[in-house]
Amino acid sequence: MTEALRQFNERRRHVLGGMGDRWRALPRWQRWLTLLAGVAFLYYLPFLGDIPGTNLIIPGLDWFRTDSIDGGANWAGVLFVCALYVLVAIGLNVVIGLAGLLDLGYVGFYAVGAYSVALFGSADSPVVGALQDQFGLSSDWAIAWAICIPIALAFSLVAGVLLGWPTLRLRGDYLAIVTLGFGEIIRIVAKNSGWAGEAQGVPGIPGPEGPPSPDNKVFGLLDIKPWYWLALSVVLLMVLLVRRLEHSRVGRSWLAIREDEDAAAVMGVYPFKFKLWAFAIGAALGGFSGLLFASRSAFIQPETFNVQLSILFVAMVVVGGSGNMAGVAVGAFLLAYLPERFRDFSEYRVLAFGLALVLIMLLRPQGLLPSRRRTRELQDRAKEAPVNVA
Amino acid sequence: MNFDALFGDLAQHTVDGLSKGAIYALVALGYTLVYGVLRLINFAHSEIFMVGTFAILGTWSLLGVADNPPIGMAIVYLLIGLVVGALASGATALTVERVAYRRLRRMNAPPLIFLITAIGLSLVLVEIFALWMAGFFSGRGFTENRLVIGIPPLLKQETVLSVAGADITNVQIIMVASALVMLYGLDQFINRTRYGRGVRAVAQSPDTAALMGVHQDRVIMLVFVLGGLMAGAAALLWNMRYGITKFDIGFVVGLKAFTAAVLGGIGNLRGALLGGLLLGVIEVYAATLTRSTWEDVAAFVVLVVVLIFRPTGLLGESLGKARA
Repeated sequence: MTEALRQFNERRRHVLGGMGDRWRALPRWQRWLTLLAGVAFLYYLPFLGDIPGTNLIIPGLDWFRTDSIDGGANWAGVLFVCALYVLVAIGLNVVIGLAGLLDLGYVGFYAVGAYSVALFGSADSPVVGALQDQFGLSSDWAIAWAICIPIALAFSLVAGVLLGWPTLRLRGDYLAIVTLGFGEIIRIVAKNSGWAGEAQGVPGIPGPEGPPSPDNKVFGLLDIKPWYWLALSVVLLMVLLVRRLEHSRVGRSWLAIREDEDAAAVMGVYPFKFKLWAFAIGAALGGFSGLLFASRSAFIQPETFNVQLSILFVAMVVVGGSGNMAGVAVGAFLLAYLPERFRDFSEYRVLAFGLALVLIMLLRPQGLLPSRRRTRELQDRAKEAPVNVA
Repeated sequence: MNFDALFGDLAQHTVDGLSKGAIYALVALGYTLVYGVLRLINFAHSEIFMVGTFAILGTWSLLGVADNPPIGMAIVYLLIGLVVGALASGATALTVERVAYRRLRRMNAPPLIFLITAIGLSLVLVEIFALWMAGFFSGRGFTENRLVIGIPPLLKQETVLSVAGADITNVQIIMVASALVMLYGLDQFINRTRYGRGVRAVAQSPDTAALMGVHQDRVIMLVFVLGGLMAGAAALLWNMRYGITKFDIGFVVGLKAFTAAVLGGIGNLRGALLGGLLLGVIEVYAATLTRSTWEDVAAFVVLVVVLIFRPTGLLGESLGKARA
């Protein structure tokens, strides 16, 4: 049995081992063409199995859709959630994967983004209500969605800095618990504060076309495809931006801090400053994702932003392969998609997350699709293992 | 802010807080022991406590405990509960160490990886109880049960003492007293016995201890079991005081106990007791001041403030530094 497994693993290595190298060895135009085809496929995904504009179907592909099972969820809706989670994973990857800080309260930033657009963009929110009274505005006045985006980004960025400022000087494991507490505090504050709509939440959150109404032509309530394309476009844009950042001076500093903070400090990288950057940028991305979530749902309430969601976010990054953007995107997609496609097992989804976390950390701590640098880092540490009296 | 409610009945709130803090203190001992030796947060410790509450509940329903039995029987049941809870939690702690940590220690994995496996294992334990075991232990068979489950009260909670306007119940006395006794026993064990010396040696310097012939793995297992025993005792106190349990009670208790451990100085046994009692009192005060809406926030605020201004806690981190 073990022999068969070993042989399988050998073969797998043989086939998949040099993938990255072979990819990098391709001529540039071939890589670009493949990437373009990939992006086009991502935009096509909501139609999966159909050929738009005709009645033709491509047999077999239908199986992957979540609405192919009884009581399955809207396929475009699932894709939209996948895109949101990919965005979250990219943001959290900056914090966990690049800078090496375990943030267990990431849902807090997601909530800050969601609440920003809810409180400033919805005509029914307590904050907008107060502004209306103050300045004698009409009862359907609210801040436009496009202006809510910078507001949400600014708020989540500031939240990241506020949380990071006192806590980033702590040891890594303390940081994890403090951030866990932070996520809970955000939820409890939203639940208990009149200005945040308390436990009932905030309705009437606008989208790109204004507040939710049946007259909306593109970003409506029924057809979720445009929402998916919007989220996908945001994801692609952020992938480009974060990629640039990763290969910049800032990105190299993050890697240096993750691998050895003291050595990095000696070389003139000020760890605190770059950790704070990682935190703030990660927070802003999480906030953006929260904003899209709130706009699409048109209604939010504090209980959505619970610890389980935070842990799910961490799981996406870790399962996918922290440090590698393609890896975390795959992780996010899998954890959002699989429970929807295999609904029969949805009762066991949390159990499965837990098992996946344990098994992957024990057997493949670098994640499913790891960054090569991180893999080497872990192998390197194993050599330095302390004295063992077995 | 409802200051009248707080200062009008300060002594009573203090007593309530102390008894609440006794549970935190006992759970905090588990965090502190593991942290002192391995320098990592055993995130699954909260679930070790939760398993204890269910094991005790299961045993009591197996024995057919009725509400408020005669005092002699009640004491017997409580002692059985203590043994069962301690054994169940200790065994769970040992399993956690074997499954989640041992392999990683061999690989010399970074601390974050330990934390993530522990989170994963904690989810697994919670879900196992939510899906099957909570139903089993409450006598409904292996069915999903995510509800609050009642536990038969063994001791009628009645006032036995009145000091400075505070009514102290028998259960509260037992809680604080047993926390003190357990801590004293553990303190003596760590400071006076041969095994305790091994624990302190590994805490100070694992490599040197190994060279001196201390079996590291055995010490680490011992530490987990000790933490589990304390969590089992805490589970008994919880059952007596609150009379309910649920698959997810561990999370909040664990977080607060961890805060208590940090507050007192993680790795420091006496610090865990002090931190636990203090945190209990702070929490009851905060709950009174804000009509309990902000009760849970208080613990986190304390945690953040302590970590910023005195990251080594009130009594300082020790275990390794304790006298030989």
